[in-house]
Amino acid sequence: MAAKLILSMDGGIIKEYPLNKERITIGRKAHNDIVIDNLAVSGEHAAVVTILNDSFLDDLDSTNGVEVNGKPTKKHFLQNNDVIEIGKYKLKYITDQITQTTPEDFERTMVLRAPIRKEVPAPAGSKPAEPQGGMKVQAGGRPAHDELADKTGQFEARPSGMSGHTPSQTDHGLQAVSASGAVPAGAPKQVAVVQVLTGPNAGKELELVKNLTTLGKPGLQVAVLTRRPHGYFITHVEGENFPLVNGRALGNQAHQLNEHDVIELAGIKMEFYFKG
Amino acid sequence: MKIAEALEIFSQTDPGMVRSHNEDSVACEPACGLAVLADGMGGYNAGEVASGIAVSVVATEVSHRLLNASPVDISENGGEELGVSLLRDNIQKANASIFHAAQSQPQYAGMGTTIVSALFYDNRVAVGHVGDSRMYRLRGELLETITHDHSLLQEQLDSGMISLEDARMSKNKNLVTRAVGIDARVDSEIHVHDVLVGDIYLLCSDGLNDMVEDDDIQATLFALQNNLPLAASQLIQMANDNGGRDNISVILVKVKAKFAVPRGWMAKLFNWFER
Repeated sequence: MAAKLILSMDGGIIKEYPLNKERITIGRKAHNDIVIDNLAVSGEHAAVVTILNDSFLDDLDSTNGVEVNGKPTKKHFLQNNDVIEIGKYKLKYITDQITQTTPEDFERTMVLRAPIRKEVPAPAGSKPAEPQGGMKVQAGGRPAHDELADKTGQFEARPSGMSGHTPSQTDHGLQAVSASGAVPAGAPKQVAVVQVLTGPNAGKELELVKNLTTLGKPGLQVAVLTRRPHGYFITHVEGENFPLVNGRALGNQAHQLNEHDVIELAGIKMEFYFKG
Repeated sequence: MKIAEALEIFSQTDPGMVRSHNEDSVACEPACGLAVLADGMGGYNAGEVASGIAVSVVATEVSHRLLNASPVDISENGGEELGVSLLRDNIQKANASIFHAAQSQPQYAGMGTTIVSALFYDNRVAVGHVGDSRMYRLRGELLETITHDHSLLQEQLDSGMISLEDARMSKNKNLVTRAVGIDARVDSEIHVHDVLVGDIYLLCSDGLNDMVEDDDIQATLFALQNNLPLAASQLIQMANDNGGRDNISVILVKVKAKFAVPRGWMAKLFNWFER
């Protein structure tokens, strides 16, 4: 089933329009695909452009504008159940193509035979244009836990710039769990903590809020704590000595941490536990 | 320094959590500083066949040619460096092999593959790619995408039709606009980049970057840069923990030292003393 728009006013459904063309226009004049004969609606008010499974709404410089889910917008990537408002009229966008939540949606890669826009081949050996704009990723700000490291110069506990999973990613009109944006189902809900037991930082707590946290001192001994859907794991990264868990040396394999395990690394003992 | 000593290369491939077989192929030729990764497509085992042909043609042909030639030599036709023309010519050659196999054998009809290949030489890297397999570079703490996907989604991003944020929710992630082996000729994109000591390069199939956010890739490479095998398995594990819906392949290349090609008799003499 193709995606469709359902036109309604004051709760009463007027008509359904399948999005079966690349561009569907909405306006007051008769030549539009969706005609809304109301003076608040511009002659050519808005358009919905559909490219395969994705649809986009464009405001065609209308006098009274367009709202999507209550927010004025010029351009919007439509998601299932979005409501477009034009004056008193509502157009609900319905698609049965759910954003990649089931294996079937993850279609096998296919080739578009005719490129939409023929690219000019870049001269060989030349520098390319800027790397993809916006794709630059900067490490997140160093959290305050850095103090652990810098005060003694002996011990470093450094949550890496891992993307924290923020709730805002889920209230984006997308009920389903997106490919990697949200906390995986069954992820540990309690906050895991490593508390330093010995050395000058004894008593300090490090909350494991990132997917990846490195412990230790680069060049000497480093281990990484990873958060996975079914728990927390410690893995040796570098250094001649392997970390000890409850007095036993780890191998090269990841080791799942249990409540109140004691980790010993670079001469510092730490306890792992869940808080709250 | 010799290229094999200047680089540390590690590759790993995994079928993922959903697919029964692995249609990705990877090859590394440390002796000549070459890494090649391909993500095949096509029915039955045609995807594996296509990616396998692409990787073996490029890896064997390039490394064979470099046994008695230098990548900085100027090639006979067109005046570009051999490093660049070798990638272009052999991606073309792989294209012809796949195309002919697909034409002559009905079970392979329509098969094709993406490819990303990197040839390191003279403190630079030539990168040739077709489709949506990527190369990233971690320099310091900054992760950048070096390649530009040949995909519908990337074209939409380029034209400003869709924002980077929205692109994550697109249902058109699986459409590439170029692939190796589907037409008589292929237009590969080749660029040369300067390389710095300490850089980490990641070549990957879309099974990684569709499942793992760039921030998480950055954090993993940065935190685990002194242990490439662990970094590779951590990347694959994250993709699988997030669903692992496609095959996942990664090649990691760490630049440990400079690898300039000596030029002129002074340089050659100097190089001789260094040995």
